[in-house]
Amino acid sequence: MSQSDHAHDAHGHDHHDDAPHSTFKGYMTGFVLSVILTAIPFWLVMAGVIQDSGMTALVILGFAAVQIVVHMIYFLHMNFHSEGGWNMLALIFTAVIVFIALAGSLWVMYHLNVNMMPGLMKEYL
Amino acid sequence: MSEITHDTLAGSAEDGQRLQFHETTEHHPETGTLLGFWIYLMSDCLIFASLFATYGVLGRAYAHGPTGQELFDLPLVAMNTTLLLLSSITYGFAMLRMQMGKLGGVMVWLAITGLLGAGFLGLELYEFHHLITEDAGPGRSAFLSSFFALVGTHGLHVLFGIVWLVTLLFQLKKHGLIAENRRRLFCLSMFWHFLDVVWIGVFTFVYLMGVLP
Repeated sequence: MSQSDHAHDAHGHDHHDDAPHSTFKGYMTGFVLSVILTAIPFWLVMAGVIQDSGMTALVILGFAAVQIVVHMIYFLHMNFHSEGGWNMLALIFTAVIVFIALAGSLWVMYHLNVNMMPGLMKEYL
Repeated sequence: MSEITHDTLAGSAEDGQRLQFHETTEHHPETGTLLGFWIYLMSDCLIFASLFATYGVLGRAYAHGPTGQELFDLPLVAMNTTLLLLSSITYGFAMLRMQMGKLGGVMVWLAITGLLGAGFLGLELYEFHHLITEDAGPGRSAFLSSFFALVGTHGLHVLFGIVWLVTLLFQLKKHGLIAENRRRLFCLSMFWHFLDVVWIGVFTFVYLMGVLP
Protein backbone atom coordinates (compact mmCIF):
# COMPACT_ATOMS: atom_id res chain seq x y z
CA MET A 1 0.00 0.00 0.00
CA SER A 2 2.67 2.46 1.05
CA GLN A 3 4.63 1.53 -2.03
CA SER A 4 1.77 2.34 -4.32
CA ASP A 5 1.23 5.58 -2.42
CA HIS A 6 4.80 6.50 -3.13
CA ALA A 7 4.35 5.66 -6.75
CA HIS A 8 1.36 7.97 -6.86
CA ASP A 9 3.25 10.69 -5.09
CA ALA A 10 6.16 10.46 -7.45
CA HIS A 11 3.77 10.55 -10.32
CA GLY A 12 2.06 13.63 -8.94
CA HIS A 13 5.29 15.45 -8.37
CA ASP A 14 6.69 14.73 -11.76
CA HIS A 15 3.57 16.04 -13.41
CA HIS A 16 2.58 19.15 -11.49
CA ASP A 17 0.43 20.24 -14.35
CA ASP A 18 -0.92 16.76 -14.77
CA ALA A 19 -4.34 17.12 -13.21
CA PRO A 20 -5.57 20.34 -14.78
CA HIS A 21 -3.30 21.95 -17.37
CA SER A 22 -2.86 25.49 -16.11
CA THR A 23 -0.88 27.89 -18.19
CA PHE A 24 -0.63 31.66 -18.01
CA LYS A 25 -1.72 31.85 -21.62
CA GLY A 26 -4.77 29.69 -20.95
CA TYR A 27 -5.93 31.83 -18.03
CA MET A 28 -5.34 35.07 -19.92
CA THR A 29 -7.21 33.79 -22.98
CA GLY A 30 -10.12 32.79 -20.76
CA PHE A 31 -10.05 36.12 -18.95
CA VAL A 32 -9.95 38.29 -22.08
CA LEU A 33 -12.73 36.26 -23.73
CA SER A 34 -14.81 36.51 -20.54
CA VAL A 35 -14.36 40.28 -20.36
CA ILE A 36 -15.52 40.63 -23.95
CA LEU A 37 -18.41 38.21 -23.48
CA THR A 38 -19.50 40.07 -20.33
CA ALA A 39 -19.09 43.59 -21.69
CA ILE A 40 -21.17 43.03 -24.82
CA PRO A 41 -24.39 41.88 -23.09
CA PHE A 42 -24.13 44.70 -20.51
CA TRP A 43 -23.65 47.18 -23.33
CA LEU A 44 -26.55 45.70 -25.32
CA VAL A 45 -28.91 46.08 -22.38
CA MET A 46 -27.67 49.34 -20.86
CA ALA A 47 -27.49 51.17 -24.17
CA GLY A 48 -30.70 49.59 -25.44
CA VAL A 49 -29.07 48.63 -28.71
CA ILE A 50 -31.73 46.16 -29.83
CA GLN A 51 -35.29 47.46 -29.64
CA ASP A 52 -37.00 44.10 -29.30
CA SER A 53 -36.76 42.71 -25.73
CA GLY A 54 -37.19 39.10 -26.77
CA MET A 55 -34.40 39.40 -29.30
CA THR A 56 -32.10 41.05 -26.74
CA ALA A 57 -32.87 38.29 -24.25
CA LEU A 58 -32.00 35.60 -26.78
CA VAL A 59 -28.76 37.31 -27.73
CA ILE A 60 -27.55 37.81 -24.14
CA LEU A 61 -28.50 34.21 -23.26
CA GLY A 62 -26.36 33.15 -26.21
CA PHE A 63 -23.44 35.21 -24.89
CA ALA A 64 -23.91 33.66 -21.43
CA ALA A 65 -23.85 30.14 -22.89
CA VAL A 66 -20.64 30.88 -24.78
CA GLN A 67 -19.05 32.42 -21.69
CA ILE A 68 -19.96 29.38 -19.60
CA VAL A 69 -18.20 27.18 -22.14
CA VAL A 70 -15.17 29.51 -22.07
CA HIS A 71 -15.02 29.25 -18.27
CA MET A 72 -15.37 25.47 -18.43
CA ILE A 73 -12.47 25.15 -20.84
CA TYR A 74 -10.02 27.80 -19.63
CA PHE A 75 -10.75 28.05 -15.89
CA LEU A 76 -12.17 24.64 -14.97
CA HIS A 77 -9.94 22.83 -17.50
CA MET A 78 -12.69 20.57 -18.73
CA ASN A 79 -11.74 18.10 -21.41
CA PHE A 80 -12.52 14.51 -22.34
CA HIS A 81 -9.39 13.11 -20.68
CA SER A 82 -9.43 14.44 -17.12
CA GLU A 83 -10.26 11.75 -14.55
CA GLY A 84 -10.61 9.25 -17.35
CA GLY A 85 -13.53 11.12 -18.88
CA TRP A 86 -15.71 10.88 -15.76
CA ASN A 87 -15.62 14.63 -15.22
CA MET A 88 -17.11 15.19 -18.64
CA LEU A 89 -19.65 12.42 -18.19
CA ALA A 90 -20.82 13.92 -14.88
CA LEU A 91 -21.02 17.35 -16.53
CA ILE A 92 -23.06 16.10 -19.48
CA PHE A 93 -25.42 14.22 -17.16
CA THR A 94 -25.85 17.35 -15.04
CA ALA A 95 -26.44 19.50 -18.09
CA VAL A 96 -29.24 17.18 -19.19
CA ILE A 97 -30.85 17.28 -15.74
CA VAL A 98 -30.47 21.07 -15.52
CA PHE A 99 -32.06 21.45 -18.93
CA ILE A 100 -35.00 19.22 -17.94
CA ALA A 101 -35.45 21.07 -14.62
CA LEU A 102 -35.36 24.51 -16.24
CA ALA A 103 -37.26 23.87 -19.45
CA GLY A 104 -39.74 21.55 -17.74
CA SER A 105 -40.53 23.97 -14.90
CA LEU A 106 -41.01 26.92 -17.21
CA TRP A 107 -43.10 24.91 -19.65
CA VAL A 108 -45.35 23.30 -17.04
CA MET A 109 -45.84 26.46 -14.98
CA TYR A 110 -46.55 28.57 -18.05
CA HIS A 111 -49.28 26.17 -19.12
CA LEU A 112 -50.66 26.01 -15.59
CA ASN A 113 -50.98 29.77 -15.57
CA VAL A 114 -52.54 29.94 -18.98
CA ASN A 115 -55.01 27.12 -18.41
CA MET A 116 -55.96 27.49 -14.78
CA MET A 117 -55.97 31.18 -13.96
CA PRO A 118 -57.32 32.88 -17.05
CA GLY A 119 -58.89 35.70 -15.07
CA LEU A 120 -55.86 36.26 -12.90
CA MET A 121 -53.28 36.21 -15.68
CA LYS A 122 -53.07 39.98 -15.97
CA GLU A 123 -52.83 40.48 -12.26
CA TYR A 124 -50.26 37.72 -11.93
CA LEU A 125 -48.08 39.31 -14.54
CA MET B 1 8.92 8.18 -13.16
CA SER B 2 8.64 5.89 -16.17
CA GLU B 3 10.44 3.24 -14.16
CA ILE B 4 7.75 3.30 -11.51
CA THR B 5 5.06 2.97 -14.11
CA HIS B 6 6.81 0.00 -15.65
CA ASP B 7 7.23 -1.58 -12.25
CA THR B 8 3.55 -1.21 -11.59
CA LEU B 9 2.87 -2.72 -14.97
CA ALA B 10 5.22 -5.63 -14.42
CA GLY B 11 3.72 -6.22 -10.97
CA SER B 12 0.42 -7.29 -12.43
CA ALA B 13 1.48 -8.55 -15.81
CA GLU B 14 -1.26 -11.15 -15.98
CA ASP B 15 -3.85 -8.57 -16.92
CA GLY B 16 -1.33 -6.55 -18.83
CA GLN B 17 -3.69 -5.98 -21.67
CA ARG B 18 -6.19 -4.14 -19.52
CA LEU B 19 -3.39 -2.14 -17.91
CA GLN B 20 -2.02 -1.24 -21.26
CA PHE B 21 -5.32 0.36 -22.01
CA HIS B 22 -5.07 2.46 -18.84
CA GLU B 23 -1.48 3.26 -19.58
CA THR B 24 -2.33 4.99 -22.83
CA THR B 25 -4.46 7.60 -21.04
CA GLU B 26 -1.91 10.05 -19.74
CA HIS B 27 -4.13 11.28 -16.91
CA HIS B 28 -3.92 9.17 -13.88
CA PRO B 29 -5.91 10.54 -10.94
CA GLU B 30 -3.90 10.61 -7.73
CA THR B 31 -6.95 10.08 -5.60
CA GLY B 32 -10.66 10.24 -6.25
CA THR B 33 -10.92 13.56 -4.42
CA LEU B 34 -10.95 15.81 -7.44
CA LEU B 35 -13.56 13.70 -9.20
CA GLY B 36 -15.61 13.47 -6.01
CA PHE B 37 -15.45 17.22 -5.56
CA TRP B 38 -16.49 17.72 -9.16
CA ILE B 39 -19.51 15.52 -8.57
CA TYR B 40 -20.36 17.60 -5.48
CA LEU B 41 -20.18 20.71 -7.67
CA MET B 42 -22.50 19.09 -10.17
CA SER B 43 -25.01 18.40 -7.39
CA ASP B 44 -24.65 22.01 -6.31
CA CYS B 45 -25.41 22.88 -9.89
CA LEU B 46 -28.77 21.14 -9.49
CA ILE B 47 -29.56 23.28 -6.43
CA PHE B 48 -28.90 26.37 -8.51
CA ALA B 49 -30.91 24.92 -11.40
CA SER B 50 -33.96 24.59 -9.16
CA LEU B 51 -33.46 28.13 -7.85
CA PHE B 52 -33.10 29.43 -11.40
CA ALA B 53 -36.25 27.53 -12.39
CA THR B 54 -38.10 29.06 -9.44
CA TYR B 55 -36.94 32.51 -10.45
CA GLY B 56 -37.86 31.77 -14.06
CA VAL B 57 -41.41 30.92 -13.00
CA LEU B 58 -41.89 33.70 -10.43
CA GLY B 59 -39.56 36.37 -11.81
CA ARG B 60 -42.37 38.45 -13.26
CA ALA B 61 -44.86 37.95 -10.42
CA TYR B 62 -44.46 41.44 -8.97
CA ALA B 63 -47.71 41.47 -6.94
CA HIS B 64 -48.06 45.18 -7.82
CA GLY B 65 -44.73 45.76 -6.14
CA PRO B 66 -41.54 47.11 -7.63
CA THR B 67 -40.22 45.48 -10.80
CA GLY B 68 -36.68 44.49 -11.71
CA GLN B 69 -36.52 47.47 -14.02
CA GLU B 70 -37.15 49.83 -11.11
CA LEU B 71 -34.90 48.04 -8.63
CA PHE B 72 -31.82 46.74 -10.40
CA ASP B 73 -28.79 48.97 -10.51
CA LEU B 74 -26.85 47.70 -13.52
CA PRO B 75 -23.61 49.67 -12.91
CA LEU B 76 -23.47 48.04 -9.45
CA VAL B 77 -24.02 44.62 -11.01
CA ALA B 78 -21.32 45.33 -13.60
CA MET B 79 -18.98 46.24 -10.75
CA ASN B 80 -19.83 42.99 -8.95
CA THR B 81 -19.29 40.98 -12.12
CA THR B 82 -15.91 42.63 -12.62
CA LEU B 83 -14.83 41.82 -9.07
CA LEU B 84 -15.80 38.18 -9.40
CA LEU B 85 -14.18 37.79 -12.81
CA LEU B 86 -10.98 39.42 -11.52
CA SER B 87 -11.01 37.08 -8.55
CA SER B 88 -11.21 34.14 -10.95
CA ILE B 89 -8.09 35.21 -12.80
CA THR B 90 -6.19 36.00 -9.59
CA TYR B 91 -7.06 32.51 -8.34
CA GLY B 92 -5.64 31.24 -11.64
CA PHE B 93 -2.42 33.14 -10.91
CA ALA B 94 -2.28 31.49 -7.48
CA MET B 95 -2.56 28.08 -9.17
CA LEU B 96 0.25 29.00 -11.56
CA ARG B 97 2.45 30.00 -8.59
CA MET B 98 1.56 26.67 -7.00
CA GLN B 99 2.82 24.86 -10.09
CA MET B 100 6.09 26.74 -9.78
CA GLY B 101 6.23 25.76 -6.12
CA LYS B 102 6.29 29.38 -4.92
CA LEU B 103 4.49 29.45 -1.58
CA GLY B 104 4.72 33.23 -1.13
CA GLY B 105 3.19 33.92 -4.53
CA VAL B 106 0.37 31.46 -3.90
CA MET B 107 -0.50 33.16 -0.63
CA VAL B 108 -0.36 36.67 -2.04
CA TRP B 109 -2.64 35.81 -4.98
CA LEU B 110 -4.98 33.86 -2.71
CA ALA B 111 -5.23 36.84 -0.39
CA ILE B 112 -6.01 39.13 -3.35
CA THR B 113 -8.66 36.64 -4.50
CA GLY B 114 -10.17 36.64 -1.03
CA LEU B 115 -10.26 40.45 -0.92
CA LEU B 116 -11.97 40.62 -4.32
CA GLY B 117 -14.48 38.01 -3.10
CA ALA B 118 -15.07 40.05 0.05
CA GLY B 119 -15.59 43.14 -2.12
CA PHE B 120 -18.17 41.25 -4.14
CA LEU B 121 -19.93 40.16 -0.99
CA GLY B 122 -19.82 43.69 0.43
CA LEU B 123 -21.48 45.15 -2.67
CA GLU B 124 -24.10 42.41 -2.63
CA LEU B 125 -24.90 43.06 1.04
CA TYR B 126 -25.13 46.78 0.26
CA GLU B 127 -27.58 45.99 -2.54
CA PHE B 128 -29.67 43.72 -0.31
CA HIS B 129 -29.71 46.29 2.47
CA HIS B 130 -30.72 48.98 0.01
CA LEU B 131 -33.55 46.82 -1.35
CA ILE B 132 -34.85 45.89 2.08
CA THR B 133 -34.87 49.49 3.31
CA GLU B 134 -36.75 50.45 0.12
CA ASP B 135 -39.52 48.04 1.15
CA ALA B 136 -38.40 45.59 -1.52
CA GLY B 137 -37.36 42.79 0.80
CA PRO B 138 -37.91 39.09 0.19
CA GLY B 139 -41.42 39.31 1.66
CA ARG B 140 -42.63 41.91 -0.84
CA SER B 141 -43.50 39.69 -3.80
CA ALA B 142 -42.86 36.26 -5.30
CA PHE B 143 -40.40 37.93 -7.65
CA LEU B 144 -38.36 39.30 -4.75
CA SER B 145 -38.59 36.05 -2.76
CA SER B 146 -37.12 34.07 -5.64
CA PHE B 147 -34.57 36.83 -6.32
CA PHE B 148 -33.28 36.82 -2.74
CA ALA B 149 -33.26 33.02 -2.63
CA LEU B 150 -31.20 32.70 -5.80
CA VAL B 151 -28.77 35.60 -5.36
CA GLY B 152 -28.54 34.98 -1.61
CA THR B 153 -27.62 31.32 -2.11
CA HIS B 154 -24.88 32.35 -4.50
CA GLY B 155 -23.67 34.93 -2.00
CA LEU B 156 -23.62 32.29 0.76
CA HIS B 157 -21.47 30.11 -1.47
CA VAL B 158 -19.04 32.97 -1.96
CA LEU B 159 -19.01 33.55 1.81
CA PHE B 160 -18.12 29.91 2.46
CA GLY B 161 -15.55 30.05 -0.33
CA ILE B 162 -13.88 32.94 1.51
CA VAL B 163 -13.98 31.05 4.82
CA TRP B 164 -12.35 28.09 3.07
CA LEU B 165 -9.79 30.37 1.43
CA VAL B 166 -8.76 31.94 4.73
CA THR B 167 -8.51 28.49 6.34
CA LEU B 168 -6.33 27.37 3.46
CA LEU B 169 -4.10 30.41 3.91
CA PHE B 170 -3.41 29.33 7.50
CA GLN B 171 -2.80 25.74 6.43
CA LEU B 172 -0.41 26.90 3.72
CA LYS B 173 1.42 29.07 6.21
CA LYS B 174 1.78 26.18 8.61
CA HIS B 175 2.48 23.25 6.27
CA GLY B 176 3.55 24.79 2.97
CA LEU B 177 2.75 23.30 -0.42
CA ILE B 178 2.35 19.70 0.70
CA ALA B 179 0.32 17.26 -1.39
CA GLU B 180 -2.77 17.72 0.79
CA ASN B 181 -2.70 21.48 0.46
CA ARG B 182 -2.22 21.26 -3.29
CA ARG B 183 -5.26 19.01 -3.48
CA ARG B 184 -7.24 21.52 -1.38
CA LEU B 185 -6.08 24.32 -3.66
CA PHE B 186 -7.34 22.36 -6.69
CA CYS B 187 -10.71 21.78 -5.03
CA LEU B 188 -11.13 25.41 -4.01
CA SER B 189 -10.09 26.42 -7.51
CA MET B 190 -12.93 24.37 -8.96
CA PHE B 191 -15.35 25.76 -6.35
CA TRP B 192 -14.34 29.35 -7.02
CA HIS B 193 -14.51 29.09 -10.80
CA PHE B 194 -17.82 27.25 -10.48
CA LEU B 195 -19.24 30.20 -8.53
CA ASP B 196 -18.16 32.50 -11.32
CA VAL B 197 -19.96 30.26 -13.82
CA VAL B 198 -23.15 30.45 -11.73
CA TRP B 199 -22.77 34.24 -11.56
CA ILE B 200 -22.79 34.38 -15.39
CA GLY B 201 -26.25 32.82 -15.20
CA VAL B 202 -27.31 35.23 -12.45
CA PHE B 203 -26.27 38.47 -14.10
CA THR B 204 -27.69 37.40 -17.46
CA PHE B 205 -30.92 35.72 -16.41
CA VAL B 206 -31.78 37.82 -13.36
CA TYR B 207 -30.30 41.28 -13.78
CA LEU B 208 -29.93 41.89 -17.51
CA MET B 209 -33.15 40.11 -18.48
CA GLY B 210 -34.88 41.60 -15.45
CA VAL B 211 -34.44 45.17 -16.66
CA LEU B 212 -35.62 44.42 -20.18
CA PRO B 213 -39.05 45.96 -20.73
